[in-house]
Amino acid sequence: MSDEVDKDRRRFLTVTASAVGGAGAVAAAVPFVAYLEPSARTKAIGGPVEADISKLQPGEKMIAKWRGKPIWILRRTEEMIQSVKGLDGRVVDPNSDSSEQPPYAKNELRSRKPEYLVVEGLCTHLGCSPNLILAGAPDAPEADWKGGFLCPCHGSKFDLAARVFTGMPAPTNLPVPRHEYITDTRLRIGADEENPA
Amino acid sequence: MKFRLLPLLVLLSTGAHAAGGENLMHAEVDLGNRASLQRGARTFVNYCVSCHSAGYARYSRVASDLGIPEKVVAENMMFTTEKVGDTMQVAMRKEDGEAWFGVAPPDLSVIARARGADWLTTFLSTFYLDPKRPAGANNLAFPDTAMPHVLWELQGLKRASTETRVEGGREVTRVVGLETVSAGLQSDEDYAGTVRDLVNFLVYLGEPAKLVRYKIGFWVMLFLFGFFWIAYLLKKEYWRDVH
Amino acid sequence: MKAVSRPWYAASLEWVDARFPLTKMWDEHLAKYYAPKNFNFWYYFGSLALLVLVIQIGTGIWLTMNYKPDAERAFESVEYIMRDVEWGWFIRYMHSTGASAFFVVIYLHMFRGMIYGSYKTPRELIWLIGMLIYLTLMGEAFFGYLLPWGQMSFWGAKVIVSLFGAIPVIGEWLSTLVRGDFGISDVTLNRFFALHVVAMPLILCALVVVHILALHEVGSNNPDGVEIKKKKGPDGVPLDGIPFHPYYTVKDIVGVAGFFIVYFGIIFFAPEVGGYFIEHNNFIPADPFKTPSHIAPVWYFTPYYSVLRATTSEFMWVVAIGTVLLVLLYWKEFKGAWRLVVPIAALALVGGYFTIDAKFWGVVLMGLSVLIFCALPWLDRSQVKSIRYRGPLTRIALAVFVVSFLVLGYLGTKTPTVALTRAAQVCTVLYFAYFLLMPIYSRIDTTKPVPERVTH
Repeated sequence: MSDEVDKDRRRFLTVTASAVGGAGAVAAAVPFVAYLEPSARTKAIGGPVEADISKLQPGEKMIAKWRGKPIWILRRTEEMIQSVKGLDGRVVDPNSDSSEQPPYAKNELRSRKPEYLVVEGLCTHLGCSPNLILAGAPDAPEADWKGGFLCPCHGSKFDLAARVFTGMPAPTNLPVPRHEYITDTRLRIGADEENPA
Repeated sequence: MKFRLLPLLVLLSTGAHAAGGENLMHAEVDLGNRASLQRGARTFVNYCVSCHSAGYARYSRVASDLGIPEKVVAENMMFTTEKVGDTMQVAMRKEDGEAWFGVAPPDLSVIARARGADWLTTFLSTFYLDPKRPAGANNLAFPDTAMPHVLWELQGLKRASTETRVEGGREVTRVVGLETVSAGLQSDEDYAGTVRDLVNFLVYLGEPAKLVRYKIGFWVMLFLFGFFWIAYLLKKEYWRDVH
Repeated sequence: MKAVSRPWYAASLEWVDARFPLTKMWDEHLAKYYAPKNFNFWYYFGSLALLVLVIQIGTGIWLTMNYKPDAERAFESVEYIMRDVEWGWFIRYMHSTGASAFFVVIYLHMFRGMIYGSYKTPRELIWLIGMLIYLTLMGEAFFGYLLPWGQMSFWGAKVIVSLFGAIPVIGEWLSTLVRGDFGISDVTLNRFFALHVVAMPLILCALVVVHILALHEVGSNNPDGVEIKKKKGPDGVPLDGIPFHPYYTVKDIVGVAGFFIVYFGIIFFAPEVGGYFIEHNNFIPADPFKTPSHIAPVWYFTPYYSVLRATTSEFMWVVAIGTVLLVLLYWKEFKGAWRLVVPIAALALVGGYFTIDAKFWGVVLMGLSVLIFCALPWLDRSQVKSIRYRGPLTRIALAVFVVSFLVLGYLGTKTPTVALTRAAQVCTVLYFAYFLLMPIYSRIDTTKPVPERVTH
């Protein structure tokens, strides 16, 4: 047995070894976490998709699939557009300040062209897909229903600009994905001028 | 032409990676040479991809790994797809390949890992005229290969010179060399360069991670040696109690 | 009584200890587990084996997230991991290198046991459990090797499963049962996947726990083969023992760092190890219609594979002579009825050698060459454990064994020729002689006096 233990040296070495070893462990964890990120294939599959809107009639909705999510494309009639305009007082986020959308859709109608609404069809509450219920439909959720979306899971209601009404479980408006019009009747979803690819 | 393909060719036979390694040409692989990799990539898409896929490799990855702008790749290198994120597929159907060549041309993604760079270099350099083969060409590294000499325009045409000797009571004919019948667009030297670049690219294609593997490895090793040293000091310090 | 204020962690620990024996386990297996103080280099490989097990399970779970056990997609999914998945190549190389590292470490761990007599009383059971771990590991490796679905995977599995076919009567049925199909197919791949990722790892982990519990019950052996528990201090602690923690934990960290230098060196600079860790032919997708021109098992199976190939029909004469010699040699050991049973059994065996295919006996000898390690505790009749205090006979025998094991391993990777097969046959004889003659040479060998206490 040695005469005396140099406690300081021992503590110093223990701390150093723990710190260096810990740093190594953290560094080793990086690949394991990065491994869980979307792969090159997933990203390639998740690339932009195109939608042909030439056959979409006024008042109709079609669904495009992008990254496994339903993307609604609603062609609004003049009447529908007007219905949105009177509702600013009844929706949570009328100017979409705390909602998700590219800058060109941050307006009252939440769209690039007033006629077309392009949104992710998934409720911002817990991810169910709401249904489109037109004004005057038999299953309208309220008496003076001007048309909008109703989530079947927890009853969140949205207007025809996908803005959520006050007093609903959903906190924000439905997100608008990046999109651009390649021609008047062809839409690319998932990309725009600033983010091609 | 009388031809019997015997021992040398058996030694250089198919399949085995290392078989007859001493008879193979030496490949100069240098993954640090980007220009070479880019030239190899161009040869690959111009000559190989019409029949062979590289179904595990994506154009976008090749673009970023080799420092080629995606636009250039999309415009000059993609003949079977529009999306740069796609894998390098082939236009030819598998059944057609089987009908035309007898076997479907194999996918080339990992060919360099299966065959080795030396073998590929030898294979791409030693096609020679052989009227007995359906495609009119035979190969020293891969006797009776189904593949035609796709790069003949560049290399020109070669003929095998043979030597017949009696060995162990049997007459044995061997290929001793290849001689030029008609010159190609490239000199022998330039063609060797084309093959070197192509093989270099195939080696990259076989394992894209190789481009970063060594660099990361260097830092990991540095760290581990440092850690080893600290751990050793710590052990020595504690073990003073015991000794 | 005054309330003593304790730090929160001490209070938490007390709370846990009242409900779960955490501190007790910590003390039993680490802080108050007294290990001999004279462990040398060879004693790193036990903890390293545990480390590799953890690495294999961790990387294995990660690989499983992207691997597809489907004959159509398996090969592709491995390349997907190698290219498209972030850092997938790193995780995959950790796993493939880990498989070989596991066997390197286990072989060295076993060799340690053999030189220091760690299998002898009272550690026979530890040795047997260790052998079970080794056998399970072989199964684990074999099932896993099919998964990349390359040519070597396919034909390797084909050859090994066909070995069952050599068993008389039930052989064909058995190999079909293992495959679940008439050949190696998608069905086989799917079940090998289940065995590789669930069944074998579970068994492996359970056995490792039992192995360590058994070890900590009797205590560790050491290079001197001295039982440290025989000399205890007044406090009941062995005089030559030191607490595992911190002394062997800090020492094992050095071992881990050293191991990592080699392990990560291979991963980053030579993951194929010249075709020994990852075989070149495995980069060609499995093709049931075309056998590669050269197939050999992965290196860790090649010694036994060599024994299999060495067993030709003419080699059966050697086996027959060997059997007869063994009976004569050990005649004095047989008493009473055994003097009747043994010769009859031996004669029946010799008869079998020449009536049943050599293929079958090849499988038997290969199996025996693995299983015979289990008999070591009873074959070794020496009074001392460690090679340090044994005579020249044991040392020579061990050296011959090691050389023949390595040569067999090397030959197993080569295409057999007449000369190489002869060499494999000689090594097979030497390999078995090491075990079967051990009761004799270990008893008559000279010994040196074993010290009372461990030496430094």
